[in-house]
Amino acid sequence: MTPLIWRFLPAGGYAGRPGALILRSTTASRRAWLAFLSGFFEPVFYLVAMGQGLGSLVGALPGPDGRPISYAAFIAPGLLAASAMNGAVFDSTYNVFFKLKYARLYDAMLATPLGPVDVALGEIGWALIRGGLYALGFLSVMAGFGLLASPWALLALPAALVVAFAFAAVGMAATSFMRSWQDFDLVTLAILPMFLFSTTFYPLSVYPRWLQIVVECLPLFHAVELMRGLTTGVVGLGLLGHLAYFVVMIGGGVAVASRRLDALLLR
Amino acid sequence: MIPVTVSDMGDGLVQARGLRKRFGEFEAVRGVDVDVARGEVFGFLGPNGAGKSSTMRMIGCVSPRTGGSLQVLGLDPAADGPRIRARIGVVPQLDNLDAELTVRQNLQIYGRYFGLSKAHVREKATELMEFARLTDRADDPVEPLSGGMKRRLTIARALVNDPELLLLDEPTTGLDPQARHLLWERLYRLKREGVTQIITTHYMDEAEQLCDRLVVMDGGVIVAEGSPSELIARHSTREVLELRFDPELRPAAAELEPLAERVEELPDRMLLYTADGEHTQGEVHRAGHRPQSSLVRRSSLEDVFLRLTGRTLVD
Amino acid sequence: MTSSLAPPGYGRGVLIVVEHFWTWYRRNWRATAVSSVLQPLLFLLAFGVGFGSLVDRGGGAAAATGGVSYLVYLAPALLAVSAVQSAAFESTYPVLSGFKWQRIYHAMTAGPITPGQVALGHLAWVAAKMAGSGAIYIVVIALVGGVTGPGIVVSLLAAVLTGAAVASLVTAFAATVETEGGAFNVIFRFVVIPMTLFSGTFFPVDRLPAVVRPLAWVSPLWHGTELARMAALGRWTLFPALGHLAYLSALLAVGVVLATRLFTRRLAR
Repeated sequence: MTPLIWRFLPAGGYAGRPGALILRSTTASRRAWLAFLSGFFEPVFYLVAMGQGLGSLVGALPGPDGRPISYAAFIAPGLLAASAMNGAVFDSTYNVFFKLKYARLYDAMLATPLGPVDVALGEIGWALIRGGLYALGFLSVMAGFGLLASPWALLALPAALVVAFAFAAVGMAATSFMRSWQDFDLVTLAILPMFLFSTTFYPLSVYPRWLQIVVECLPLFHAVELMRGLTTGVVGLGLLGHLAYFVVMIGGGVAVASRRLDALLLR
Repeated sequence: MIPVTVSDMGDGLVQARGLRKRFGEFEAVRGVDVDVARGEVFGFLGPNGAGKSSTMRMIGCVSPRTGGSLQVLGLDPAADGPRIRARIGVVPQLDNLDAELTVRQNLQIYGRYFGLSKAHVREKATELMEFARLTDRADDPVEPLSGGMKRRLTIARALVNDPELLLLDEPTTGLDPQARHLLWERLYRLKREGVTQIITTHYMDEAEQLCDRLVVMDGGVIVAEGSPSELIARHSTREVLELRFDPELRPAAAELEPLAERVEELPDRMLLYTADGEHTQGEVHRAGHRPQSSLVRRSSLEDVFLRLTGRTLVD
Repeated sequence: MTSSLAPPGYGRGVLIVVEHFWTWYRRNWRATAVSSVLQPLLFLLAFGVGFGSLVDRGGGAAAATGGVSYLVYLAPALLAVSAVQSAAFESTYPVLSGFKWQRIYHAMTAGPITPGQVALGHLAWVAAKMAGSGAIYIVVIALVGGVTGPGIVVSLLAAVLTGAAVASLVTAFAATVETEGGAFNVIFRFVVIPMTLFSGTFFPVDRLPAVVRPLAWVSPLWHGTELARMAALGRWTLFPALGHLAYLSALLAVGVVLATRLFTRRLAR
């Protein structure tokens, strides 16, 4: 995907050193290790509480192939997808905006040979590394609870990275249009309903048909379906359809974000 | 691979011709010509909003120019931004240190942005903390440092790549007198080591202390250029007599004009420009005027600025 | 004329601080509309209506909810959760900002207002805001059919008390934070979110593994949820109710004392 980016970029936007930003992020999070760790625990708390507690209220639910699975096995892939989304969106919107407007960190970086593309790739790269570690941790917890039904579950890790990249690219593109903190209400407005309604906690069948169609358009729905197929081992060509959704998102997000990088970072 | 435009620049590190910067409707820089030679300390003097910082950001290759030509280190910022930035150091107007890192990490990580090796930045950080007198705060976070310490760290950070050219945007704004003098001493040391510096300031004493040559900017254009003493000689007199009057006894400027080369009226006092302040003081008394207080001082860049723009500098 | 220049009485000083926040809020209320009204509404729809339809269909729910529909069971608890969440949020970044970024606390105490009055004014304002959003929330719950009687108004009082207890403790903590808000993320993720999940909001605490249950007992939200639910469903039991009330009041008292002291210490230096 890298060669495609070049066409959108002005000369001198890239020094080939996004790794320096990742080094900066790892150094910083070593000091804030507790905050770093908290990102792993959040979905685990949800899994333990909801899986056990809500599960006791509803019993088993139909899995992707219609056969019943435990409530915990039902929501775990949903939580994995949602946590990939939440992390990527937080990193590419709030975090980027804070570093840009308040900490003025990017000003300092752009005074060095680093260009806007180094900054964007470095930040997205770090978001993916972190998201990947969280996903790996969560999958291990799932394995520990016996919630992984097939070896296909190994592919849930790269799938989580694809989902995270897609949301980060679109998030970065959105941030380039943000003017003030008030605009971030719109981010919450997009993310929270998605988290709650994209079949994370209960199946699509509870909705009337028109609402099902709306939910089927949401990106998180496709992420949840993708993860649920992989962790329960119900794998078919349909999963490629879900994957395609994210390929399109990545393409669109990267195209807009790279065009808008100068507007975002250089004045 | 290196464009050969260096020849017509002599020893010039920065050359600007008709440089312009427009933000939407507002034109911050409206055609500026500047030449900075290797080894000199060059100043941009002017009030807030004069276009100094915009000019600096263009020289620092972080803000694309809207018009005119610009060469930095013989290269064009529009095409070679990263290569130029690799060889300059930038001290921005507001400290933008990384609050999530320690003092030492700030220097090391910043060095890594330049692609310097780990071993090199480790050594360099130690040396620079010494320079900035921050060695005993090496592993502290940045946040609790005093304003002067943060400023010194920002300057140390700008030196991590051994720059040929150092850009300092209002380096001492907001610092107490002691911190300012310490900073000036460090900048002087850099000058002796041969580092070319470009400084913006709205402090006259700072420009007189530090700069070999300077331009006075106002409203996006250069209104005067020269060394501090040249500018004073050209646009002012040797001495200034400052008079403060009781509002009721304050004479009209016209009454005092025969006694000096030039008279400026400020809200709180009157300035009489003259070669011999004490002599003029006597003349004023002999003419029957009774100021509440009077003061004779050397003429400064402040007076040059007042002369050129009709305004005092710090509003 | 001279008497009006005397320092205001204690309560009046607190009200002046509240008035300051109200003045700001009147111009900027839209900024918080999403988090204070829309967010709980979405939770209500997702869990009360969406998940609820699954629970009520299953029939295994009656044992847990005591016979009422899941929506009715959940509604008073969500009132308490949203109070606690907005209390936690309003007492982190805004408090740090008052000390550090906007420094309005310094401006307030430059006059005759004391740091203690600022702390209490902040808490009173947060409580008033929780009561306001809670009232709107009750109307919304009633519209989707989650209200069975006037007891829900008492639930709101319980929710505000819970929120105030949490707000006072978090405010005290925020007064000790010096650097950027990294510490707050830890509070949200290690305290507020687990509290929301493990305090009997979405399901009775006895459905949790035995080892986790003591977490609920220390959680103010569990006590608040129990009270709110008793009130909404009209299932009062005297001694547990008094116990919950006493626990929350004690937390609030401790929080207020701590916040007052820490505000005084920080603003005096």
